[in-house]
Amino acid sequence: MSQLDDQVSIRDTLNLKKVLIECQNLTHTYKRGGETLTVLSDLNLTIRQGDFVALMGPSGSGKTTLLNLLGGLDRVSSGVVRIQGVALDQLSESTLADWRAQTVGFIFQFYNLLPMLSALGNVELPLLLTKLNSKERRHRAQTALTIVGLTDRTKHKPSELSGGQQQRVAIARALVADPELLVCDEPTGDLDRDTADEILALLKMLNQQYGKTIVMVTHDPKAAEYASTLLHMDKGVLLSLRT
Amino acid sequence: MFQQMTTVTIMNLAHLGSRVGTCLVVVVGIGGVVAVLLGLLAMSNGFRTALMETAKPDRGLILRNGSNQEMVGWVSNEEFGVISAYAGFAILSPEIYVTINVPKLASGLAADVVGRGVSDSAFDLRKEVVIVEGRKFRPGTGEIIVGSGAVGQYRGLALGDVVMVRNAALVVVGHFTAGGTSVESEIWMDLAVSQDIFRRTGGSSVVRVKLLDATTADAIDAQLRSDPRLTATLVMEEVFFAGMAQARAGLIETFAYLIASIMALGSVVAALNTMYTAVGKRSLEIATLRALGFRPMCIVMSVVIEAMLLALAGALLGAGIVYVAFDGLTAATLNGSGSQTVFAFKLSFEMLVTGCVWALLLGLVGGSLPALRAARLPITQALRGG
Repeated sequence: MSQLDDQVSIRDTLNLKKVLIECQNLTHTYKRGGETLTVLSDLNLTIRQGDFVALMGPSGSGKTTLLNLLGGLDRVSSGVVRIQGVALDQLSESTLADWRAQTVGFIFQFYNLLPMLSALGNVELPLLLTKLNSKERRHRAQTALTIVGLTDRTKHKPSELSGGQQQRVAIARALVADPELLVCDEPTGDLDRDTADEILALLKMLNQQYGKTIVMVTHDPKAAEYASTLLHMDKGVLLSLRT
Repeated sequence: MFQQMTTVTIMNLAHLGSRVGTCLVVVVGIGGVVAVLLGLLAMSNGFRTALMETAKPDRGLILRNGSNQEMVGWVSNEEFGVISAYAGFAILSPEIYVTINVPKLASGLAADVVGRGVSDSAFDLRKEVVIVEGRKFRPGTGEIIVGSGAVGQYRGLALGDVVMVRNAALVVVGHFTAGGTSVESEIWMDLAVSQDIFRRTGGSSVVRVKLLDATTADAIDAQLRSDPRLTATLVMEEVFFAGMAQARAGLIETFAYLIASIMALGSVVAALNTMYTAVGKRSLEIATLRALGFRPMCIVMSVVIEAMLLALAGALLGAGIVYVAFDGLTAATLNGSGSQTVFAFKLSFEMLVTGCVWALLLGLVGGSLPALRAARLPITQALRGG
């Protein structure tokens, strides 16, 4: 077992929080031309409920791939990803889609809002996959927008909002179905320093006050300071862990 | 699932404004297919209607046995005398059926118009024939009357015009209507004069009859066939015109579906191209929706629905063009016996449904492949921009 695995195990022994994410012997490869490239190599990782994990590393280190696997957007080549005890590779495409809707909230670097929908409409989207009626959906979407501080922008289209406001809408969308896990891919990568700090503070608040488990990929060391755990990756391998 | 599909479809449709050009390619392409299909079907329907409205259930034609056309028929005066003695006929109208060469109004090219030599009994038989301008021809003179359909399609058929036929100068003295039937495509003249001009003395091409009781048709036909003095058969108008309509209208319909099928191939390619472009432009949004948990099938259905709605718009455009430009428009075509029948294009609700079904099928084909591609593209790849 590597030194890093030892660190993770020691921390697990001391930590009483429930395990949310378990990666065992995770390897991920893809083919480019006739060549097979290894993006993640025999990676082991445990993340507990309520952790705020920052994944850092150079481009091509495999951090976004790891994030996609944790979010159920991609399938592992070998090994297991278990979230709340559910092995994702065992789920069919449609079950995995349902699982994502219930368990994961996604926050993307470029917000990925639907341009023709208002802020409220965008936030309401994940709730269309639930059994809530229209009134309940609207109420919950408004509550989510209130949490992110956008009560007065509910009817605005994304093009009428600043970058920071759009990311807040995206966070509200990620939050609205009350998922256990938020996965954030460079959430502040397209924002100026002040706005980035506001977004990071918001994520921190969601982590501390609402108990959301957050896994965030970032290149920004200042962003990583908001996280409770920092993971460094390079060439598909976890290099260090700092809590 | 339905709600997911509706939301994604509305989202797709909201995007239409940003790709008007490519959408118009589908709408116009499919509109063209539907317009050609409906145009030809309306032609076929109009032709069929013109012929079938001519038929009455109690009327028939006595033709030479083995002949199915008036043009090649022959009933001698002696045979007519025998037939006249039969019970069961209310009216007997011996008629000469010929073609008269008249230039077309639009092109000036010569076309064959039906010329019919008739006696007064022809007017008794066809109560729908009404003189609307001028007067009836006088027996024994070179006067003719012209059906309103022929007047609108050919030159030199106005009142007072002279039509030269085999060295005979025939003067137009009247115009008539016949309830929109194919008779309106004909030129009528005195029976004896026509026999003389066309050297058909001694008989007629056909004997048109009205039965006292339509149910006796088969019995009379059997009697005619078995009479050793005759070589004649009775064909009821409904059968006679149905056969004529089927021969010509069926050909037009086959042509309609053939041309529309060829055009449909082109429009499907256009639809595929448009929908691939549409899906390509929205690949990030589609991937985002899938990441949020929307099922691939809902994405497929929404793209297919969009393609089908565009196709439906094309169908309505095509039908609209045919309705505005062609519905009620009169034209003439060969009627199967070598002469021309004037008819009006006739668009029906059934044809509109046919056009819409065609368009929806084209939309289904054009939308399915891009939709499946959108649903199969790995989410992570689409999130990176395809």
